[in-house]
Amino acid sequence: MIKFLFKGIMNDRSRSLLPIIVVALGVALTVLLHGWITGVLGDSIAMNASFNSGHLKVMSRAYAKDDVQMPNDLALLEADTLVNKLKSDYPGLDWVQRIRFGGLIDFPDEKGETRAQGPVVGWAVDLFTPGSTEIDRFNLKGSILDGKIPTKPGESLITSDFATKFKVKTGDTFTLFGTTMDGGMAFRNFTVAGIVRFGSSVLDRGAIIADISDIRKALGMEGAAGEILGYFDNGVYDDRTATVLMNDFNEKYVADKDEYAPQMIRLRDQGGMAEYLDISNAMGGIMVFIFVMAMSVVLWNAGLLGGLRRYNEFGVRLALGEEKKHIYLTLIYEGLLIGSIGSVAGTMVGLAASYYLQVVGLDMGDMMQQSTLMMPTIVKTRITPTAFYIGFIPGVFSMVLGNALAGIAIYKRSTAQLFKELEV
Amino acid sequence: MQNSEIIKIENLTKRYHMGENDFTALRNINLTFSKGEFTGLVGPSGSGKTTLLNIIGSLDNPTEGNAIVLGNSVSELTHKQSAVLRNYHIGFIFQTYNLLSVYTVFDNVEFALLLQKHTVAERQKMVMEALDWVGLADKAQSKPAQLSGGECQRVSIARAMVKRPEIVLADEPSANLDAANSHHIIQTMKKLNRELNTTFIFATHDEKVMQYLDRIIHLKDGRIEKDLIMPDSKTESHVSL
Ligand SMILES: Nc1ncnc2c1ncn2[C@@H]1O[C@H](COP(=O)(O)OP(=O)(O)OP(=O)(O)O)[C@@H](O)[C@H]1O
Ligand SMILES: [Mg+2]
Repeated sequence: MIKFLFKGIMNDRSRSLLPIIVVALGVALTVLLHGWITGVLGDSIAMNASFNSGHLKVMSRAYAKDDVQMPNDLALLEADTLVNKLKSDYPGLDWVQRIRFGGLIDFPDEKGETRAQGPVVGWAVDLFTPGSTEIDRFNLKGSILDGKIPTKPGESLITSDFATKFKVKTGDTFTLFGTTMDGGMAFRNFTVAGIVRFGSSVLDRGAIIADISDIRKALGMEGAAGEILGYFDNGVYDDRTATVLMNDFNEKYVADKDEYAPQMIRLRDQGGMAEYLDISNAMGGIMVFIFVMAMSVVLWNAGLLGGLRRYNEFGVRLALGEEKKHIYLTLIYEGLLIGSIGSVAGTMVGLAASYYLQVVGLDMGDMMQQSTLMMPTIVKTRITPTAFYIGFIPGVFSMVLGNALAGIAIYKRSTAQLFKELEV
Repeated sequence: MQNSEIIKIENLTKRYHMGENDFTALRNINLTFSKGEFTGLVGPSGSGKTTLLNIIGSLDNPTEGNAIVLGNSVSELTHKQSAVLRNYHIGFIFQTYNLLSVYTVFDNVEFALLLQKHTVAERQKMVMEALDWVGLADKAQSKPAQLSGGECQRVSIARAMVKRPEIVLADEPSANLDAANSHHIIQTMKKLNRELNTTFIFATHDEKVMQYLDRIIHLKDGRIEKDLIMPDSKTESHVSL
């Protein structure tokens, strides 16, 4: 019987072609959009984790209250001791120290007078220790447009849009003005070792990156760190483990009422990340739901139209001794067959398109000029194992549902009535 | 020929609801059919021929009275039981052939067997035999659209006969055919009637068909007007093509 149905589907283009195209299209879109959103969210989460939030972050309680202001006067002191403790207590993570700072940057002309001045945000990270994981984490090798990664004190990187705006080249010098830990005025001269482009408007508009030892000197923060970030060794944020570690760590300081006592927070607890994570996790379900709804309606109608054309066939089959219930069942089998064929085709198309966008990416830089979210401007899809099966859910389900709904019209007719449709 | 009674129709009335009023298509019909009959229901349009065939075929139910087909009371059968009755015991032939256009001749004939339990080899043998009866074994792989009207109707005879039913119900089988083809298909059926002792019941206007009938039941306004035995009906051998 299945063979009979299959022959029917293959021979009757008008029965199968439209539904297969609809299913394939819907499935391809499901796969592509899933890959796209997984890619965008995944890249955004990864970028935020690398630059800002870490997978886990330790700050002083006072700093944590106001961390967007980067209040370095409230930084953790004796950060090395704390990092060593974190490393031994939680060995599955890489723990790194950072100082985030804001300041003013001043470019002199030949005579040493101010040529241009602008606000800047800064990252002080470990660049000099051989084998520092931060260089990869910031993708510095891949992002550098000109010059090199700083290797000695007094060198820094600046971002590309900023460099263009202030007409700065590798080798130029500038002065960074900031605030010391005690609230005093701080300044230090740097040489531009290289120009980097991270591919996120927020970053590229105006950022400098320098070694943490230099910035400690500049801001009078010897031994201190604004933030200590922890990264899971496999590079992937794991909310459940993060929660366990956070609770375990914070537990140890419950009795300590000092506002400078350290406090750990998760990636999820930081600006907007909870939504990203939740959407990213719910994505599959949302996509499947939307496409099941939309495609079912289309396929239901296609099934109704197709069914009308086939009353003749159903009448004959009734006369030949097929039960109405069985005819209805075969419609559902047909739905399964057509849904599967369409899903295979759609998944292949969707994966091909996703793969293309994964390799090439789509530059959305112009649209993100004003963006305040840290998102990569080149949006890339990401093919996850889910992409291989996610399309089948709406593809097969909506086709079966469409046929099941359309078939009700047949089911409800009396045998005599169905048979009468035969008489021309 | 001594043949047992296989269909008994008792006080059968069929009414259709037409808005406010009821329309009576069959009134108090009493009939019996024996195995091996070659009988026609004849009468003007609207006299109830198709309605009676559909009730015998268990596609429709009597309003009053009963039709007992091979010992089954049609009005008491479940959907499943009436499907089984049609599947194993009754073949249908239609005026418009009603072949499934997307399938080959072979597939069309085979379909009736798919609902029964046969091996592929059995089905293959039975289908080819049925196509042989109607002289279309060489067209097994053709599509209905590639056949003439007469050939289509012969395929539908093969489809009705392949499961060797006790009863074949043929509603105006010659209405769409020319004279030569009409004679041909009726002769084919008469031959099968003789060889397999299959009961044929026709609904027809066609004089050509009537010549072959052993019994003619005249219907008018849903009533039996006359029920005549035809002692000298033609057999397949009386006519040359
Ligand atoms: N579903 C129905 N609802 C209402 N009336 C019906 C229905 N089916 C048949 N009838 C009526 O019952 C009467 C008998 O119909 P039937 O189809 O049995 O006639 P027939 O003898 O086969 O005619 P024809 O030679 O034109 O095929 C007709 O008047 C028809 O209009
Ligand atoms: Mg009729």
